[in-house]
Amino acid sequence: MNSALRNPLLFAVMAAMLAAVGFGQSWQVALTILNLCLISAVMALGLNIQWGYAGLFNVGVMGFAAVGGVATVLISKAPVVDAWAAGGWRLGISFVLLLATAAVVVLVRRWLGPGPIRSIATAVMVIGGYFLIRVFFDPATEAIEAVNSAKTGYLGGLGLPVLLSWIVGGVLAAGVAWFIGKVALGLRSDYFAIATLGISEIVIAILKNEDWLARGVKNVTGLKRPVPYELNLQSDVWFNDSAAWLGVSVIEASSIFVKLCYAVLFLAVLLFVVALSERALKSPWGRMMRAIRDNEDAAEAMGKDVKRRHLQIFIIGSAVIGIAGAMLVTLDGQFTPGTYQPLRFTFLIWIMVIIGGSGNNWGSVLGGFLVWFVWIEAEPAGLWLMDVITSGFDDDSPLRKHLLNAAPHMRLVIMGVILLLVMRFAPRGLLPEVVRR
Amino acid sequence: MIDFLDALVLITNYVLVPGIAYGSQLALGALGVTLIYGILRFANFAHGDTMAFGTMVVILITWWFQSMGVSIAPLPVALLALPIGIADTIVMTLGTDRLVYRFYRRRRSPSVIYILTSIGVMFVMNGIVRFIIGPDDQRFTDGARFLIKAREFKVATGLHEGLAIKLTQGLTVLVTLVVVIALFRFLQKSRTGKAMRAYSDNEDLALLSGVSPERVVFVAWVIAAALAAIAGTLYGLDKSFKPFTYFQLLLPIFASAIVGGIGNPLGAVVGGFIIAFSEMTITYAYKKFLRYLLPDSWAPDSLVQFLSTDYKFAISFIILVVVLLVRPTGIFRGRTS
Repeated sequence: MNSALRNPLLFAVMAAMLAAVGFGQSWQVALTILNLCLISAVMALGLNIQWGYAGLFNVGVMGFAAVGGVATVLISKAPVVDAWAAGGWRLGISFVLLLATAAVVVLVRRWLGPGPIRSIATAVMVIGGYFLIRVFFDPATEAIEAVNSAKTGYLGGLGLPVLLSWIVGGVLAAGVAWFIGKVALGLRSDYFAIATLGISEIVIAILKNEDWLARGVKNVTGLKRPVPYELNLQSDVWFNDSAAWLGVSVIEASSIFVKLCYAVLFLAVLLFVVALSERALKSPWGRMMRAIRDNEDAAEAMGKDVKRRHLQIFIIGSAVIGIAGAMLVTLDGQFTPGTYQPLRFTFLIWIMVIIGGSGNNWGSVLGGFLVWFVWIEAEPAGLWLMDVITSGFDDDSPLRKHLLNAAPHMRLVIMGVILLLVMRFAPRGLLPEVVRR
Repeated sequence: MIDFLDALVLITNYVLVPGIAYGSQLALGALGVTLIYGILRFANFAHGDTMAFGTMVVILITWWFQSMGVSIAPLPVALLALPIGIADTIVMTLGTDRLVYRFYRRRRSPSVIYILTSIGVMFVMNGIVRFIIGPDDQRFTDGARFLIKAREFKVATGLHEGLAIKLTQGLTVLVTLVVVIALFRFLQKSRTGKAMRAYSDNEDLALLSGVSPERVVFVAWVIAAALAAIAGTLYGLDKSFKPFTYFQLLLPIFASAIVGGIGNPLGAVVGGFIIAFSEMTITYAYKKFLRYLLPDSWAPDSLVQFLSTDYKFAISFIILVVVLLVRPTGIFRGRTS
């Protein structure tokens, strides 16, 4: 089948599956899945930019998503004035010292030639700077975390509209990507993968433990919303009338309305990113990226600065992932560093890109939708399956209980099998990359 | 003088002994990763979950033995179950190779494809383990708890600090020693071992000399699976078994293999201990240690801890990144391509 027919068909199938959930289970569930599908699609697009366009093996998606997520806290929460007063200036000093240490290290390294002396000097300066910073940093964080620690105990944010945090999330993730890219992009692909995997774990460890920043594992809850609250809608006369006119209960109508608002916002971001990505991919810049991906040496021989391009695309892709991460936290209404797990936030996104078709933006969108849908619906499906298999057993037979309890873990097996099957039998994914000459 | 001995015992108890045990476990894990890298030329992301799989089998068999009243006290029953766990893990990895990896080997796919497939295998295995034994903590240690008890040590030596060595720690070191010596003898002396080293060094030349690639790959998987099951069981005995922890062990294991020089077995062992001791020494709070050594007026008030224990993973990765930047081949020149 040609792609002009196949692509809309696959998306139609996807829409039908979501609609089936709407009719079969409930529209609440369908919309919840849809919202996360949209976010997943944006995240997959970000990874597709890195892997599909340029062949960068980034296994640190989780880290960038979390960095984007923390932006939501830093932007939308009201500042905690007492905390700033308690430890703000010392934190400022330690930040200045950090920059100063970095500057001194860079300058001294430039001044000394390569050799053992330079390595030793670098180590001494880094360790010395570290302890100097901690002289100010430790009391500062202690003071900040002591300020009403049950409720705040962190610096708070800027108190700005939450939608702004999506942009800031992208910018923050881009900044982190610049730093990581500078260090790690010189490595060959499998080392780069392992390095990014580790760095993403470090990012999560920092977010979990630096309570002064975003309360760590104590979580930040009650984030602002870009959409109305259900309770306000329910007390609104116009909304009540509309719900009555549609013949649905106000409570259900308000919940669906809120989810639809989110969906519209997410869809807008998704379409915006897709439009830009498609333009970029079809531009001379996109052709250059594919050339670099397919043959680095040849591209370099043509005068392309491979390292610079890699850094550029790593930053762009990470920014998109960061935006998606901020969107996710906004949807959840809370920032919970403990929930970031590499299987869910890194490897699942990889499966989305591979299944959708690396290098094809629409493929990543489809992959994001499909994989998230299967990931969620595998749980009820697995439960149902186990229920059918064990229906001959007693209700309190231990095997039946165990199988029913364990059914949700089947989703991991299903995902792995789908990935292996696609890699083997359709290595270019559901929507293969289209190469136009 | 007593103070000095106390300080020494303190550091032995909290850094040296756990470090040696943890280092042994990492070394065994890294040996498996490095072998697969040397022969099949890819970083096996499923190795942590292979360890979890092997340990899970051992735990189930151990429970079965325990329910029948089998006991080899003071040693843990898990040692009896270990051979069965190893056998099952070998069957499982060989099955995976037959179903998944062989196809790509015949096509001579690039290593990136292998890594992606190993991620798929990782998902499947992770799911199977969680499906069978659940995502929670499991303890399966029985038999004696300690080789040396802290209280007895204090009474015997008259020091203030006690030294405790867990039986599982002693066992870990002993088993690791036996396994590593056996493995190195095998690689150095036996025909198959030599063929494997030849294949790892130069594939084409080895093929030309009549080394059978399928056989080399077969043996590599058998050894890697056995190492994974042993490493996983020892780690589980020493600490506890939790599928997610085993997945996370992948990071320090990769770090160990790369720091030592990937593809180099000796490097994997040394790397394992380097990573383990760095984690231990950097996250240990030296307050009490310095109290013993320094005069009272100099004694520190703070914990004197370089990094909080929550940043364990950060340490292995900082070392990893520094080694990759300064000496990309690792300490013992490993493979570069």
